[in-house]
Amino acid sequence: MKHYSIFSLTRNALSHHENWTEAWRSPEPKPEYDVIIVGGGGHGLSTAFYLAKEHGITNIAVIEKGWLGGGNTGRNTTIVRSNYAIEGNAHFYEKAMDLWRGMTKELNYNVMFSPRGVINLAHNDAQVDAFQRRGNTMRLNGIDAHWVSLNELRERVPLLNTTKSARYPIFGGLEQPKAGTARHDAVAWGYARGADSYGIDIIQNCEVTGMKIENGKMQGVETTKGFIGSKKVGVAVAGHSTQLFDMAGIRLPIESHLLQAMVTEPVKPALDTVVTSGAAHCYISQSDKGEMVFGGDIDFYNSYAQRGNYPTPEHVVTAACELFPAFSRLRLMRSWGGIMDMSTDGSPIIGKSPVDGLYINAGWCYGGFKATPGSGWVFAHTIAQDRPHKLNECFSLNRFETGHVLDEKGVGPIAKAH
Amino acid sequence: MLIKCPWCGDRSLAEFSYQGDATVDRPEDPMTQSDAEWNNFLNLRDNPKGWHDEIWHHISGCRKHFKMRRNTVTHEIADIKPMDGALQGGDK
Ligand SMILES: Cc1cc2nc3c(=O)[nH]c(=O)nc-3n(C[C@H](O)[C@H](O)[C@H](O)COP(=O)(O)OP(=O)(O)OC[C@H]3O[C@@H](n4cnc5c(N)ncnc54)[C@H](O)[C@@H]3O)c2cc1C
Ligand SMILES: [Zn+2]
Repeated sequence: MKHYSIFSLTRNALSHHENWTEAWRSPEPKPEYDVIIVGGGGHGLSTAFYLAKEHGITNIAVIEKGWLGGGNTGRNTTIVRSNYAIEGNAHFYEKAMDLWRGMTKELNYNVMFSPRGVINLAHNDAQVDAFQRRGNTMRLNGIDAHWVSLNELRERVPLLNTTKSARYPIFGGLEQPKAGTARHDAVAWGYARGADSYGIDIIQNCEVTGMKIENGKMQGVETTKGFIGSKKVGVAVAGHSTQLFDMAGIRLPIESHLLQAMVTEPVKPALDTVVTSGAAHCYISQSDKGEMVFGGDIDFYNSYAQRGNYPTPEHVVTAACELFPAFSRLRLMRSWGGIMDMSTDGSPIIGKSPVDGLYINAGWCYGGFKATPGSGWVFAHTIAQDRPHKLNECFSLNRFETGHVLDEKGVGPIAKAH
Repeated sequence: MLIKCPWCGDRSLAEFSYQGDATVDRPEDPMTQSDAEWNNFLNLRDNPKGWHDEIWHHISGCRKHFKMRRNTVTHEIADIKPMDGALQGGDK
């Protein structure tokens, strides 16, 4: 791997940037690997990277049916936070936050992690109480939280509609100051380049179509490039988890739903933090290019379409313009959708499966981007040691049967409600 | 997406609420269910990529429930029936 630095930049500038080497190879698959990772999104790639870096396993293939990061990793609104209240979630997401802080250096790849703060708006007294309680819980868990008064909010986010006549009047907000955003594609590319540097094969345009299991033990996967053997297979395919585990005869507590997002034309810096409103169903930030990036709720019916219906963007745009009246002047450039793996308790599943050597990483709902480094880190541990790390013991698949669910929102076993 | 409510006719998606998989039946007597059986009813779903039988609610209209067979990839609707009807069509 060529180290990226001011010197390599200068050297390559002198040769008109014509001699940069590829960031990762595109090899043909070998007949057998020690570990196969299915899914070349952030979670699959970070898993491969940490398997090599933390556990010394390098005979690995990452198999991706399309292109790297073409799934939800390249489609999300890039919000990174750890403002969770319940035990298992809080510690896991905070581990991910730790890794985010060092990621650019760890990967020698600028992932543009920007801890600009994330502010959740409170719109009534009950929300103020609930948010302050959450903030206290977070602080007890060693996670930063700060109550933003209405006056402070007016100074920090001057374009926000804080008038009393707003459809959802704003009472204040709970901020996680060290939360923020990161560049989504760079995360996939950085982990891919890092994994490749350990000799890991990244195989794109190769779809897994079946699994070979004998006496309950994993033997390998059928793909569009033929059979590839491995005694250990880790699956991180987000919205297609049901299809992959169906190949092993395993049903999952997951529904695939569509989440849309959109960006406006780029403008000069106008919003230097992330603002979210659960009541108005909208979260919004400004990208480094200047676009307002925003999204809201899922479309609320099962879908694998990767494109949405009109009522949802209409609702989200209405909310964004209500929160930031000035943004009604901006033109919308693009909208898109991703297929979300919604679990029935709203928390992820990372662990072993009923098949020996088959491991699951799924159920990320709206929020798996922020988990990317932590998810790969604990999944790598789970695969290497054949048992979960302490941080992901609570995310086992069998918690749904034993009743040890992690329902952060407290809405019950309805996938679309989380 | 336009949805043809059996009582109101073609109406916009915005008037409807999705209520889940129509093939899941609540067990008659929850107390006699094993943990695995109860998990099967409560959490596990077929979640098909393709034709899916669903329950929808015309929540901002007549407020009646009905069944619908819809393709989860193309969003095409093959059939809509009142709750006691049998869905047909698609290649399910
Ligand atoms: C619009 C939108 C906004 C979001 N906003 C946020 C946010 O602000 N913050 C946040 O934390 N999270 C957010 N998320 C969620 C987040 O994007 C995901 O949870 C996370 O990126 C999932 O990463 P992944 O690697 O598991 O999945 P993906 O990036 O989807 O990768 C899975 C890969 O598996 C591949 N695959 C599927 N089937 C097969 C097969 N049979 N064979 C081989 N490969 C296969 C796919 O092609 C895909 O590339 C958002 C999601 C969406 C859609
Ligand atoms: Zn009706």
